Amino acid sequence: MSETEKTISMPDANALLVSVSPHIHDKTGITEIMLKVMIALTPGLVAGIYYFGWRALWVTLSCMGGCVLAEALWCLLVKKPVWRTLKDCSALVTGMLLGMNLSAGVPLWICLIGSFIAIWIAKQFFGGLGHNPFNPALVARVALLLAFPGIMTTWVPTRFMNEENFSYTFEFFSPEDLEKGLAKKSFDGITCSTPLSIVSTMEKIPGKGHLAADRTSRQDNVQMWTCFIYGDKPGCLGETSGIALILGGLLLLYWRLINWRIPIFYIGTVVVLTGIIRYFAPGYTPSPMFHVFTGGLLLGAIFMATDMVTSPMTSMGCVVFGIGCGVITSCIRIFGNYPEGVSFAILLMNSLVPLIDRFCAKRPFGYVKARRKEEKKSC
Amino acid sequence: MSFGKFKVFSFSGGIHPRFDGKNLAASEAVKPAPLLEKYVLYLSQNVGKMPKLIVKTGDEVKKGQLVAGADGFVSANLHAPTSGKIGAVKNIPGANGTLTPALEIIADGKDEWGELLPALDWRTADPKVLLERVRACGIVGMGGAAFPSHVKLSPPPEKKIDTLIINGAECEPYLCADHRLMLENPEKVLIGTAICGRILGVKNMLIGVESNKKDAIAKLNEKAAEYGIKVVKLRVRYPQGAEKQLIYALTGRKVPAGGLPMETGCVVQNAGSAAAIADAVCEGKPLIERITTVSGEAVAHPGNYLVRIGTPVAKLIEWAGGEKCKTGKIVLGGPMMGFALHSPEVALSKNSSGVLLFPLKGICQYTSAGCLRCGKCVKVCPMNLIPSILASAVESGKYDLAAQNHIADCMECGSCAYVCPAERPLVQHIRRGKAELRKNKGK
Repeated sequence: MSETEKTISMPDANALLVSVSPHIHDKTGITEIMLKVMIALTPGLVAGIYYFGWRALWVTLSCMGGCVLAEALWCLLVKKPVWRTLKDCSALVTGMLLGMNLSAGVPLWICLIGSFIAIWIAKQFFGGLGHNPFNPALVARVALLLAFPGIMTTWVPTRFMNEENFSYTFEFFSPEDLEKGLAKKSFDGITCSTPLSIVSTMEKIPGKGHLAADRTSRQDNVQMWTCFIYGDKPGCLGETSGIALILGGLLLLYWRLINWRIPIFYIGTVVVLTGIIRYFAPGYTPSPMFHVFTGGLLLGAIFMATDMVTSPMTSMGCVVFGIGCGVITSCIRIFGNYPEGVSFAILLMNSLVPLIDRFCAKRPFGYVKARRKEEKKSC
Repeated sequence: MSFGKFKVFSFSGGIHPRFDGKNLAASEAVKPAPLLEKYVLYLSQNVGKMPKLIVKTGDEVKKGQLVAGADGFVSANLHAPTSGKIGAVKNIPGANGTLTPALEIIADGKDEWGELLPALDWRTADPKVLLERVRACGIVGMGGAAFPSHVKLSPPPEKKIDTLIINGAECEPYLCADHRLMLENPEKVLIGTAICGRILGVKNMLIGVESNKKDAIAKLNEKAAEYGIKVVKLRVRYPQGAEKQLIYALTGRKVPAGGLPMETGCVVQNAGSAAAIADAVCEGKPLIERITTVSGEAVAHPGNYLVRIGTPVAKLIEWAGGEKCKTGKIVLGGPMMGFALHSPEVALSKNSSGVLLFPLKGICQYTSAGCLRCGKCVKVCPMNLIPSILASAVESGKYDLAAQNHIADCMECGSCAYVCPAERPLVQHIRRGKAELRKNKGK
């Protein structure tokens, strides 16, 4: 007996950790979540690179690098542990989102400025990850848009927009640029407009035709929609390819990293509102599908509005948040001067999140609705 | 919750760990533990008042003899686990580290039963006699809370009780003591259930078992109909075995906040307690032993043991072959709600359902990182609270805000802390908040 006792190794009482329950943890940490979000963003980025060339990758990488640099500098400045802060990869996600929200044609110094705005002003000034009321990438994008409206609305054509696809591409160029491009036999370096900006500059007269609304040739229509859905159209480098973004969204849903209510109610509201306007006043706004697939709606609804930090925690809150974003986006797109409304809508709704969470909290288990209780009493 | 003809017996929220650790010890048959030389009995082994000591150092006691008598209604008798001499009676650190009075029993090795109470025929005995027997045998809730069983079984007459629920969910990961009990001794659990039913005068008797214990459900079902008991399969979800959640899953009734289960006409007993009640009535045996799981990644041979109350945890670990790798944490109870022990010398109580050893390497340690506001805690909270708001309110000292957000309704199941990606010690904050609020109330 004594021999076997010797071979048994007993726990060392001095090495025991004493802590409050629970004693196990689901090992999904912040780093894993952030890496998964980046994986989900990758299809969209790959599509951007495919359509806009390597330039798109450089823009995104500069944003990611810029964000990491900004975060590291901030940590040094305020004497926070650099590696521990960088390890969660949240700066990389912010950088990736910011990059995907820029045109592939922006100069790289814009990326750097944007990164510092995102990390310093929008995130660290509020206390770092988890304390920022607004989505950092969106704050940076909107700040850049207001500070450098020229650069930020300079869109470049995709690699496949050439004279062969003339009938489809011509709408995106101004007559002079079109002539220039045709003469050079290449549209490289020539700026163009996005589908939504064309629509917003068109005269809004009910009954009058619209770009996407009343194309005469069916063949043209099919070509246009294929291009829109796959992403062969001018715009921010990460927002062009609808199917790539939806694929990323499905990944996020599979990993349960986003609440499905936000994208569904956001996109649904936009579809319903623009659909109603289009039904009663065709020509005033393009079709709902045009709204979904041309601007930043998919990128915004799937990746930006669902940002954990700045979206509501309660499921009812997510519904309210999604509908709110949808209403504001539709209003800006239909009645406003900006062609895009997604960034503003999400930022505005971000500011309401604490309020939404407060009013949408579930009734704790075991509490009865006050009114119903009274009714019962009166019965 | 019901969807047409498919009824889902569950509640909203909760978690299920990717690795629930059940397979470590679930297939190990219960082994009787050898007699020890010394047992340590904590006087306080039940919720409510501590029983009064009626023996003193040097007294000779027999196995099953009363050593401390219930002090008042909400209190439970305590009996000697073996025959021998009473050793020192002093304050020693208990499971949670605070000093608590305890007595030593030095075994004489004969393990002689003292005079047992007469066996009763549960089918014919008067319910009042049965209830008195439950009280006399010192039976408490053996799932963890240790609430005296006789208190639950004597609801005030104005409360109409129509349902008896036996909790065989055993939703805590790693633990399989109740699983083994229901598998090896289904009859005892069923008789205990029927006895409780007779005491309460209730016809509707349910045993809720999580659907991952299919073998136990099958065993129970073989005889359940004879006793008029229904065995119900529950969804595998922690905390399915929490009283309020279990009642909701089985009957759809919600226990009002701050209220007791009897307000919904239900009484819940643990499966282990039901078996102990059967022993008490049919054999007159007081509660001096229970089944305890020894498990965890750091233990050499996980298993289940029939141990006497008062066995030091170190002995259990020794029987299980000691540690396999360096132990970082010993947990008494389940991994979600159990206590981390400061020393393996702590002794088992009536409610110790398991002893778990976790390796030092990769040990789970909660850090106070910032909240991400991801909302995962909100999704899993079975009480529909917002744990992140509670924790940050407590962190910044706003206890009133925490109280407004129903901190008192939190049952500290730990689901929120389990899923928190920032690994925030949410339960710790909430407990501190509750303690501070209690302190302020006292002023």
